[in-house]
Amino acid sequence: MSVERDIAIDVRGLTKSFGAKKVVDNLTLQVARGDIQGFLGPNGSGKTTTIRMLCGLLTPDSGEGTCLGYDIRRQQEEIKRYVGYMTQGFSLYRDLTIRENLEFVARVYGVDAPEDAAQAALERLGLVGRADQLAGELSGGWKQRLALGACILPGPSLLLLDEPTAGVDPKARRDFWDEIHHLSTQGLTVLVSTHYMDEAERCHKIAYIANGRLLASGTIPQIIAGARLSTWVVTGDGLDAFSDELKRQPGVDIVARFGSELHVGGRDEAAMERLARRYGAEGGHRWKRDEPTLEDVFIELMTRAGADR
Amino acid sequence: MSAEQSLPGALRRPARGALAQSWRRFVAMFVKEFIQLRRDRPTFAMIVGIPLIQLMLFGYAINTDPKHLPTAVLTSDDSPIARALIGALQATDYFNIKYIARGEADADKLILSNKAQFVIQLPPDFSRQLVRGKKPALLLIADASDPVATSGAVAAALGAATQALDRELIGPLASLSQKAAPYEIRVHRRYNPAGETRRNIVPGLIGTILTMTMLMYTAMSVTREIERGTMEALLTMPILPVEIMLGKIAPYVVVGAVQMATILIVAALLFQVPVVGSLFTLTALTLLFIVANLSVGYTFSTVAVNQLQAMQMTFFFFLPSMLLSGFLFPFYGMPKWAQYIGEAMPLTHYLRIVRSVMLKGSTFGDLAVDAGALAAFTLVAMSVAVMRFRQTLD
Repeated sequence: MSVERDIAIDVRGLTKSFGAKKVVDNLTLQVARGDIQGFLGPNGSGKTTTIRMLCGLLTPDSGEGTCLGYDIRRQQEEIKRYVGYMTQGFSLYRDLTIRENLEFVARVYGVDAPEDAAQAALERLGLVGRADQLAGELSGGWKQRLALGACILPGPSLLLLDEPTAGVDPKARRDFWDEIHHLSTQGLTVLVSTHYMDEAERCHKIAYIANGRLLASGTIPQIIAGARLSTWVVTGDGLDAFSDELKRQPGVDIVARFGSELHVGGRDEAAMERLARRYGAEGGHRWKRDEPTLEDVFIELMTRAGADR
Repeated sequence: MSAEQSLPGALRRPARGALAQSWRRFVAMFVKEFIQLRRDRPTFAMIVGIPLIQLMLFGYAINTDPKHLPTAVLTSDDSPIARALIGALQATDYFNIKYIARGEADADKLILSNKAQFVIQLPPDFSRQLVRGKKPALLLIADASDPVATSGAVAAALGAATQALDRELIGPLASLSQKAAPYEIRVHRRYNPAGETRRNIVPGLIGTILTMTMLMYTAMSVTREIERGTMEALLTMPILPVEIMLGKIAPYVVVGAVQMATILIVAALLFQVPVVGSLFTLTALTLLFIVANLSVGYTFSTVAVNQLQAMQMTFFFFLPSMLLSGFLFPFYGMPKWAQYIGEAMPLTHYLRIVRSVMLKGSTFGDLAVDAGALAAFTLVAMSVAVMRFRQTLD
């Protein structure tokens, strides 16, 4: 019983097709209460569809599971009450002021004294001065902030955030993540999809999906260890041309440029070692063994998923 | 966002009656819609603008019993009898003799070129034949391509012709005078003694204007939320489809009431169309009619994918409403099947209601059937809308 209570999201075998295209394919995911779960994957990998199935906006073709212990197929009313969903696009009313939007949300969720609740949210968001501005006139960063504020106003237990920081400047992005961590310390579970690696690194756990399939999940060290990638950092001259040459070598799974370095890695450790020794002996570039980064792993996962297709 | 402030989790809903909670959500929706409506200035302006303009336009413009129609006379008979006859026709006010035709070809041309709507043709020896008791023919050629325009004039001509010569046919000609029928026909034009078209049109306009505006307002409401992307958030909130529907309809009931009041005031001031019956009955049944139309519009809104489709559905519904309800053409002049279609339109029932209450002073009891039809219509439309409302994005 206590184990179940500690799990906020528990879904098995979620599958959803649109027409002939399987957008989410047999996805199984568990998220512990209080965790910030990062949800990563390339565009069109099925992140939004998965989140929509979790909050009852889409009905899975097959698969089952619970959010906060409520069945995602049958207990959608309860899920709507206790799950806050922040859509990818701005989905508050642009022709309502900030205050009016918050009051609307408070009333719909049956919050006591909706005006006071909206005022409290305004103060928390630092939007008191702009309370009577139309929501549509806000900048991207403020829009996201307002959307998050509207999401947490009714006091949900689980937040589903779909690319909340897309198109938001770095400062606003950092503030946003500070707020998410703050919420997490208060016991909220957060599932957040993102493209940004630095954001992924701020999550407690990460799930990576491509082509609708879950390719890796766990903590960052777990994911890096699970990838079994042997990585070398290559420095020197003519890296662009060298990068093309390396990509053609057998045993090389990723070649990625990071500033003045090349990250070269492969799952076949022996092959990689032979390669490093051979090129190292040629002396044109400096080869140094290093731990793979999360980004190396994602690039490898993405390349492999692309090859599967 | 300071760390000290706690989440408003403490504000979470306490146990409360389900109905009270439902009412709160309805109010949330109502307030939201009302603010959006108020902020949409062009729409707000049109709420009063549309009825006013249409009422002025149609109230003054439409007349189904036109007078002073352009008429040509074709005759070479210049006798007092012929002149008396033509004078009598002109005295009916229907004929405005503007042309003297120079032969039949000329008369045809006047009609073909739409210069004259009638040609009065007397044979050259009309008076001579008449005096000899030979019953000559007076030919009234009417351009009946527009039957509504000509029918009144034709009826008046028939009446005028029988009496026109009473004064001329005296003395030795008295025997030619028509004998009066052994009985008298009295016609009471009740409720509209002068037969004024506007007494029929203005109440009807309340119905058509409300149909058009109410349908449009709600037809847009759900599709607009889908197109603006707000529906995705709304669907994840704990609000029921029926609460969304009622919350979206209610502000427009107020709007409809304002429109009705505007039209009634203008009708009384400008067109002297009174409200003979009870204003309370009229208001109550008009509100019912407003809700019926809003429900239909809302149903369209749940079926349509975008605002353009919703608009097209509105017009698909609006045109038959205008034409088959008895607004423009007499309801009982239509074939049975068309009457059945007409009976399925809220406007048909409302026209009976509004004309009866305003002109005849009918009471609620007289109109129970039509009121019941409107109520049934509303219920069906609302049920369909709630069932059709897509609660997911599937």
